[in-house]
Amino acid sequence: MAITLTDAAADRVKTFMDNRGKGVGLRLAVRTTGCSGMAYVLEFADEVDDNDVIFEDNDVKVIVDPKSLVYLDGTELDFGKEGLNEGFKFKNPNVKDECGCGESFNV
Amino acid sequence: MALLQISEPGQSTAPHQHRLAAGIDLGTTNSLVATVRSGLPTVLADEHGRPILPSVVRYDGNGVAAIGAEARDNAFSDPHNTISSVKRLIGLSAEDIAASYPLLKLDASEDTVPRLATAAGGKTAIEVSAEVLSALKSRAEKSLGGELTGVVITVPAYFDDTQRQATKDAAQLAGLKVLRLINEPTSAAIAYGIDQQDSDTTIAVYDLGGGTFDISILRLERGVFEVLATAGDTALGGDDLDAAIMQWISDQSGVSYNNDAGLQRKVLDLARAAKHQLSDADVAQITLTGDSQAWSGELTRNQFDELVKPLISKTIASCKSALNDAGIAVSEIDEVVMVGGSTRVLAVRQTVSTYFGRDVLTSIDPDEVVALGAAIQADILAGNKPDSDLLLLDVVPLSLGIETMGGLTEHIITRNTTIPVARAQEFTTYKDGQTAMALHVVQGERDLVQDCRSLGRFELRGIPPMVAGQARIQVIFQVDADGLLTVSAIEQTSGVAAEVHIKPSYGLSDSEIESMILDSMKHAKEDVHLRMLQEQRVEADRTIEALDAAMQKDGDAFLSAEERSAIDNARHKVQQMRDGDDSEAIKHALRALESASEQYVARRMNASVGEVMRGKTIDNFDEQETTS
Repeated sequence: MAITLTDAAADRVKTFMDNRGKGVGLRLAVRTTGCSGMAYVLEFADEVDDNDVIFEDNDVKVIVDPKSLVYLDGTELDFGKEGLNEGFKFKNPNVKDECGCGESFNV
Repeated sequence: MALLQISEPGQSTAPHQHRLAAGIDLGTTNSLVATVRSGLPTVLADEHGRPILPSVVRYDGNGVAAIGAEARDNAFSDPHNTISSVKRLIGLSAEDIAASYPLLKLDASEDTVPRLATAAGGKTAIEVSAEVLSALKSRAEKSLGGELTGVVITVPAYFDDTQRQATKDAAQLAGLKVLRLINEPTSAAIAYGIDQQDSDTTIAVYDLGGGTFDISILRLERGVFEVLATAGDTALGGDDLDAAIMQWISDQSGVSYNNDAGLQRKVLDLARAAKHQLSDADVAQITLTGDSQAWSGELTRNQFDELVKPLISKTIASCKSALNDAGIAVSEIDEVVMVGGSTRVLAVRQTVSTYFGRDVLTSIDPDEVVALGAAIQADILAGNKPDSDLLLLDVVPLSLGIETMGGLTEHIITRNTTIPVARAQEFTTYKDGQTAMALHVVQGERDLVQDCRSLGRFELRGIPPMVAGQARIQVIFQVDADGLLTVSAIEQTSGVAAEVHIKPSYGLSDSEIESMILDSMKHAKEDVHLRMLQEQRVEADRTIEALDAAMQKDGDAFLSAEERSAIDNARHKVQQMRDGDDSEAIKHALRALESASEQYVARRMNASVGEVMRGKTIDNFDEQETTS
């Protein structure tokens, strides 16, 4: 399995990375907070740890720590709009249920 | 599921705890809201994809009928209920508005705050601005998917305390938390990332908007912005460029639109279209349709440049005066930032570029650049950046001080001091047993209070009765990062305190500030003379009062008739000179009185020391001192 990005997501990530002007890639992770167990972390990465797993898709380097990968494996990162709002979405096959807003989830 | 943004490393927030921040450019003609998404500053558009919100509010019997473009489109059909350019009125008093804008219909009320008469009742400039801000707030919250943590709002560099406070009040009314107000030119410089430079930089920000022109000279030193000077013209902008083209069309076609509002609108639209075309093309086709006024012609870039040349020359004159004020040569300017839609006109860019002798910064949309800078600043202040140490400093536009005896101004914070700042000064009582002190806060460069602008008054009560001059009253002036003033007074021995926040009463335009500064220079000599005279008069009054009090108490006991008449004569002389206008003569008479009463003062002093020490040894005198 792996972590992948849709074209739209990759396109936006590249734009944001270019604008920021530094960083080695995009870090995806999960944290045990939130109203329904786990929460996603989406950050620019300036450093790579020895244990990190790196995926490359659509010219974007996605960095995931091994513990988070257990919950994220198979995830596709998408970018979309809802009304005036826009942002990234995790399409995560491991998720059993989400909180109402979808910001946190259970596996 | 929720839409996520990319955070800086380690700055991810817990679910539902997003620090959503926005920057707002609350403009005279147009307003915008921007945010930083995944590190990228972006202007937020409305449902129709329009980023610009015209700063226009239309009222009807039920309240707000429309905000923005829909309101503006009714400006012609419903002028009295359609409020535009309200930024020009914010912080102004009713008298100011009546003087500057005689055509505006004000609600006749006893209220001190001026209200514009509309179908929905009297509306203050603050309320109208709050409507514009509310529309931007709801747009931002829809775009960000949550409630805003806080906003940064931009204001012109020349806005005074009351105008800044009024802007903050409008934001509060709109339910927005203001993280900070920042100056428009500073915001534009931030959008270009000039604040991220390591070296010290001097920046000129040339802002030619729809109806106003501002030039600001900024200095960036160790990451801190300081406004060195501002100048401009509150009645010069893109509208004047349009008017020049309209006049040209009228001259060429022989069509007169003066008595026909519909035709005037049509010609204006043609003029604007031609102006926009000429930003890219060398020639613009203008076709006026209609039965009686059909006409077709072309306007070349060269012709257009000639038309607008006098207007652009005016802006260059302002640039010169700003540089002059800042004490900086053209060659010392490191960056020139172009702001405002009218800077798209090539002739403007070229002329400014030639004047400053360098390429001007135009890569960011000149309509959006101020809002984008504010968004960057808001993002930092909301806590979405890890170690950003950006601190914005601005300056106090006019000196701030208090009135002292004799109607003199005592400056506590001088003009061009960088803010935030706190300054304290000690004052004392003027009369024996004085238990209260009235503090009058004034703004301006002149020496006499009557020539300055009054900002507010308050009283410090409960000062314990003491001999004149013994109370120690510390007056503290604090100007926060938004340029808002708080004055507090504390009597040091008793701890009694009072304070005042400067609230909007009325404001000053940049030209008024300029004329106040110029006045202070013009009247410098006269002011010095008046100050000295006033000081001597106060001294004379104080001396006579103290003398009379003493004489009444023990004059007979300590003075012979001869001595007494000498003092009386000297006292009379002082009284006489005090009413004249020769400060030297008063000083002279005071000195004479002083020497005439020298013996008397010495005898009183000895007697009072004797009084205190009578019947005590040195030992219990010490004890008395330490226990008192």
